[in-house]
Amino acid sequence: MADIYLDNNATTKVDPAVVDVMIPYFLEQYGNPSSIHKFADGVARGLKQARQQVQALIGCEHDSEIIFTSCGTESNSTAILSAIKAQPNKKEIITTTVEHPAILSLCDYLEKEGYTIHRMPVDKAGRLNLESYKRLLSDQVAIVSVMWANNETGTIFPVAEMAALANAAGVMFHTDAVQAVGKIPMMLQDTKIDMLSLSGHKLHAPKGIGVLYLRRGTRYRPLLRGGHQERGRRAGTENSASIVGLGKACELALEYIEYENTKVKAMRDCLEQGITEQIAHCFVTGDMYNRLPNTTDIAFEYIEGESILMLLNKAGIAASSGSACTSGSLEPSHVMRAMDIPYTAAHGTIRFSFSRYNTMADVDAVLEVMPGIVATLRKLSPYWDGNGPVADPEKAFAPTYA
Amino acid sequence: MLGYAIANPTYTLPTQSEDKTMWDYSDKVKEHFFNPKNAGAVVDANATGEVGSISCGDALRLTLKVDDESEIILEAGFQTFGCGSAIASSSVLTEIIKGMTLDDALKVTNQDIADQLEGLPPEKMHCSVMGREALQAAIANYRGEEWKDDHEEGALICKCFAIDAVMIEEMVWANKLRTVEDVTNFTKAGGGCAACHEDIEAILEKVLAEKGEKFDPTAAPVAAPEKIAAVKAPLTNLQRIKKIEEVLESLRPALMADGGDVELVEVIGNTAYVNMTGACNGCQMAAMTIAGIQQRLMEVMGEFIKVVPASEMSKLVNIEVA
Repeated sequence: MADIYLDNNATTKVDPAVVDVMIPYFLEQYGNPSSIHKFADGVARGLKQARQQVQALIGCEHDSEIIFTSCGTESNSTAILSAIKAQPNKKEIITTTVEHPAILSLCDYLEKEGYTIHRMPVDKAGRLNLESYKRLLSDQVAIVSVMWANNETGTIFPVAEMAALANAAGVMFHTDAVQAVGKIPMMLQDTKIDMLSLSGHKLHAPKGIGVLYLRRGTRYRPLLRGGHQERGRRAGTENSASIVGLGKACELALEYIEYENTKVKAMRDCLEQGITEQIAHCFVTGDMYNRLPNTTDIAFEYIEGESILMLLNKAGIAASSGSACTSGSLEPSHVMRAMDIPYTAAHGTIRFSFSRYNTMADVDAVLEVMPGIVATLRKLSPYWDGNGPVADPEKAFAPTYA
Repeated sequence: MLGYAIANPTYTLPTQSEDKTMWDYSDKVKEHFFNPKNAGAVVDANATGEVGSISCGDALRLTLKVDDESEIILEAGFQTFGCGSAIASSSVLTEIIKGMTLDDALKVTNQDIADQLEGLPPEKMHCSVMGREALQAAIANYRGEEWKDDHEEGALICKCFAIDAVMIEEMVWANKLRTVEDVTNFTKAGGGCAACHEDIEAILEKVLAEKGEKFDPTAAPVAAPEKIAAVKAPLTNLQRIKKIEEVLESLRPALMADGGDVELVEVIGNTAYVNMTGACNGCQMAAMTIAGIQQRLMEVMGEFIKVVPASEMSKLVNIEVA
């Protein structure tokens, strides 16, 4: 059976070269970086090098602007909670309706605490309206938090432009760049972005390591207190092996960034084109002309995503879905709802996300099974009749209770 | 480059089933999903039931051919938009009801459907409910009656005990509940991992606001159902066994409402061995239920009590009991 991993926006395989550089930090240099003996004397150098490798990938001015955290979610929470603690008189936050739950759940919580949350809507292609964004900026806003690229559709937001606008209005700007770092080139020192979150496991480093970029001069309050680590900005013994691994992964990501935007993109385009040509009644969601090179999210109408995933899994192919069932909730993905994708399509969205480990043979394997999977499930669907959807599907089949 | 060989790793991974997907579906669910029975509409059907909701991602049309003389279901077919367990529930339903009279078919419960599938994850139990409802709707359609959905389904709040928002809201209204502890006492919701306590508080806040009251997390709990007086003095073994029986008796109605039961097998020291029977036996939530029983026993008896499935007793054979 094939073994095809197309779920790289969920997480990635750790690069063997990354594992290689990590192992000495488990077996030899396992001393606490704060200790003064031979088991620790190489750790500080390792951390320093990793910091510079991260710095090179995101293009920030100083390596001291890198704070290592435990994950993207911690970076996001630290950024937003820092901004509101440091500016207690500002009671508004601007974000979008399509952020990752790491941002949205925190904002929901802060709303209960009395904050006003502006969740900017998106259009049917998942794009923001910058005119209404400008109108929201005021001296009441503690922070703007907008993702660099969407995890489901890959749609890229104009964060550099939005950060400049925020800066001009005297508002702090944070971006959740967990999906973007390592997939598209960036040069933070040329932007007005104050804070940025990234996560190791999205770019072939291990799970459990993240970074908060904090521009020098940005007002800051730590989330975790208790030690001098990371200059007191994030207490807790350094995860030295993972930090060194993340450094290596960033070095590799920089090396492969052109490959990502040519070869990986070509595989994605080939799969997307093949599917949309061979299968009727399916469409690509998000902004097709402004996306991550590795992601395609395709809505297969009149069938449900978890069923598709189960049949793909049986064929040895791993992907993910925005259907309600895959998350155990009653609603399809909030990103699909925000783009006003009809329910008959939103539940049938499948995200294929590539990495440099995929090959064209993977694309061929998916193209071989996908038409059959869709046909099998449509044969079971009450919204499908023989060769096409029933006329006016949502009316023709309108079951009891909604 | 460091020379650490990782080509031949010496570690082993925990074993897992061959085609693990996002849910722990039983083999029976997979069998019915990958090879569904009676898919498609029955030609010349004389009964149709349509239930579900496209917004939730589940919808089912059940078509039947019923013999007019005997009212026996000759053929059954399904068309389902939904996840693996929705398709499997539909498929197994058609297998169950074929050959039944309509009156017998009406006795099929969602638990029967789940049982035939060797269990469903708590988040997926609604798939079996949808199957039963489609059947009721189809029979009503055949008999020229109008079928009305008698339950409203809300977002799943407590994943440990599969309790949804609507159920909690109704209990809060009906029993004047005021704290999370009250809700746990009346519905079991929140009695497991505690992840839903915030959500339960939000429901309490909402319902109490509708009643013009304010949610106060420190409010005194309303009387728990069938509260048993807590024990004060240390217990003799006989007293302990009697008290355990008494507590189990008080929990029995709740278990039986779910089609299950519990039986005390043995008490050794402070360990109570129980048999979970009926729907509880083999239920994916049996472990949670046992934890809940243990919690209740400890509250009432004021001492540490361990509740263990009787199947574990065999492991004791070589242990000296004081």
